[in-house]
Amino acid sequence: MAEHCAVIGIGQTKHSESRRDLSIPGLVRDAALRALQDADMTWKDIDSIVIGTAPDMFEGVMMPELWLSDALGAAGKPIFRVHTAGSVGGSTAVVASHLVQAGVHEKVLTMAFEKQSEANAMWALSPAIPFQPQLVAGAGGYFAPLIRSYIRRSNAHPDTGCMVAVKDREHGCLNPNAHLHLKMTLEQVKAAPMLWDPIRYSETCPSSDGAVAMVLVNDKHAKRVKNPAWVKGTSVRTERTFFAGRDQVNPAAGKLCAKDVYDQAGITNPLKDIDCAEVYVPFSWFEPMWLENLGFAEEGTGWKMTMEGKTKLGSEMPWNMSGGVMCTNPIGASGMLRFAEAARQVRGTAEQHQVDGAKVALGHAYGGGSQFFAAWIVSSER
Amino acid sequence: MRDVAIVSFAQLPSVKTIVAADEPELVQPVTSEAMKQIGLTQDDIGFTCSGSTDYLPGRPFSFVAAVDGLKAVPPIRESHVEMDGAFALFEAWVRLLHGDIDTALVFSFGKCSLGPVPAVLNLQNDPYYVQPLGLDAISAAALQAQAMIDASMASERDFAEIAARNRRNAIDNPNAHIKGDFSIDAMLDEPYLSSPIRKSFCSPLSDSAAAIVLAAGDAARKLVKRPAWIRGIDHRTEPHALGQRDLTTSPSAKLAAEKAGVGKGKVDIAELHAPFAHQEIILRQAMGLDDDVKVNPSGGALAANSLMTAGLIRFGEAANRILSGDADRAVAHTTSGACLQQNLVAVLEGE
Repeated sequence: MAEHCAVIGIGQTKHSESRRDLSIPGLVRDAALRALQDADMTWKDIDSIVIGTAPDMFEGVMMPELWLSDALGAAGKPIFRVHTAGSVGGSTAVVASHLVQAGVHEKVLTMAFEKQSEANAMWALSPAIPFQPQLVAGAGGYFAPLIRSYIRRSNAHPDTGCMVAVKDREHGCLNPNAHLHLKMTLEQVKAAPMLWDPIRYSETCPSSDGAVAMVLVNDKHAKRVKNPAWVKGTSVRTERTFFAGRDQVNPAAGKLCAKDVYDQAGITNPLKDIDCAEVYVPFSWFEPMWLENLGFAEEGTGWKMTMEGKTKLGSEMPWNMSGGVMCTNPIGASGMLRFAEAARQVRGTAEQHQVDGAKVALGHAYGGGSQFFAAWIVSSER
Repeated sequence: MRDVAIVSFAQLPSVKTIVAADEPELVQPVTSEAMKQIGLTQDDIGFTCSGSTDYLPGRPFSFVAAVDGLKAVPPIRESHVEMDGAFALFEAWVRLLHGDIDTALVFSFGKCSLGPVPAVLNLQNDPYYVQPLGLDAISAAALQAQAMIDASMASERDFAEIAARNRRNAIDNPNAHIKGDFSIDAMLDEPYLSSPIRKSFCSPLSDSAAAIVLAAGDAARKLVKRPAWIRGIDHRTEPHALGQRDLTTSPSAKLAAEKAGVGKGKVDIAELHAPFAHQEIILRQAMGLDDDVKVNPSGGALAANSLMTAGLIRFGEAANRILSGDADRAVAHTTSGACLQQNLVAVLEGE
């Protein structure tokens, strides 16, 4: 690795159900401009752009980076498009950080977006594939059986998922950019209609319009700001959809991805060595599942951490301080939002949802039917 | 920077229709063949990266199934680009520069037989203002070809000669889709698809898949006698709106060629990804390739054009000529978008 990589600019749109005031180019440009401003840079300073989004099919534009080149000032520059399913926001940031670390570019703008209001993601995710039984309606239909399996294996308290929903929505109220600002009691969450047992409506992520951007630079340019977030480790792991013995509740790819990124960052005990984490939790129950998968809890005990309130802001291991995917879900951008919020924490710029003195944070994303994982560790120290 | 080379290449013959092959059935034969050529298995690969688009099969996440054509157990370091496989090769090259792993597997797949490709490519346009006009890939290319004629850069006969030469070159290429000795006058008698473009000036629409293995430094030297070293690689884009560009030139190909160092030495052969005959003229000029350079010895995209794979095949065909010792210095090129909007250029050399 030739260079260190630092995040010196972060920008995101206000996320909402429908940003009717912005076109798709307007959406990505809004996030990019905010990131440039944060980095004290202009378009001219950028060497290269790495953009990610989930299936192009959501918006009906094939390979939209070709079209978005104009809005992103990319003429004469390299623009690169990553697509790794729901983990794409994370993988995109990883690719961008690699360009800096490898010494290929010094100043990279990376961004991710989704404008779900111009699409119907649930049905775009429910295609009829020739010769395959059509088993699911939306992502919840795929994940509900895995959650049931988790509950059976761990004998988890049935309220665990609802507790995550209450907590993440409470966090979301502190984040002015979040799509949902919902203060909900446990009783209100539990009273919501059941969509895919055991996932209630109140335990699902919303469909959002939004974009997020980051400016990643090498040592030379990190001095532009007083509080860069240093990238201490990055990792991606993929497993197959079908193989004998595949454990989708606690996937091997997720465990390996976490181990890889911890090894790079010198983390031996994530509970002690990491101050906070932004983890891809699109359905509430994935918090306890990922607490175990990422090594924050022993297998079968993640739900106890949630039930004891340990993942709340101000508690011992805050998860999803921004409100997470449960409050904001522009699918293609959701992974990068996790990476960006982790960087905001160690830069000390997370405002009302700042974890006091956060120095080391984990950003995490996953996608597909839990085949694709991406993670990074960022730190206030190089 | 670490030296990285192409050490093997495999492709499925480009044909009109590969019947009833799903993603794993396209990917498994080429990836295993590329690894087998140099005695590797997936367990020896440090990083895997692929390129494809959901708009060919017409469903989201089609690349997810492709992973099942690999031995991704235990889980692998893997990434995917919604771009031609040549861009996946670029990502893999960046990954190998880190120094912690020595090998990467790159693959791509595309079945044009699954839909009306020129109309599908209309969906690359601005959805608010341009898509509704119905500008398809051939009409866009026709605007460019007409601009060249208007600028007295070339004639329709030049386009026909380029198409004939590429398909003549393809006679020796067992993987080419359209090959043979075609009469230029017969081509010029074809009706216009979109003036001044006739059918023979267009690339065919093919089904194919391809895979390349990259290796770094001594690992490459151990695997093959004569690795095809990537001496320079760069990609650039241009404004998307056709009205903002001089369509008779390609500043992005020119800049990418400069950054890749094309002009630093004599080029023996070039594999240019020109889906329409007239684009070869623009690309040659932009990259400064003179008449001594043998362009598209494989027949190029005019002889075989599997969308998302045709670019990676250019890299493989160029590399094969270095690996075999037939050439010392080769240029490989890939384009994306209407009228050559985005271009990736690499220089490959033997030792």
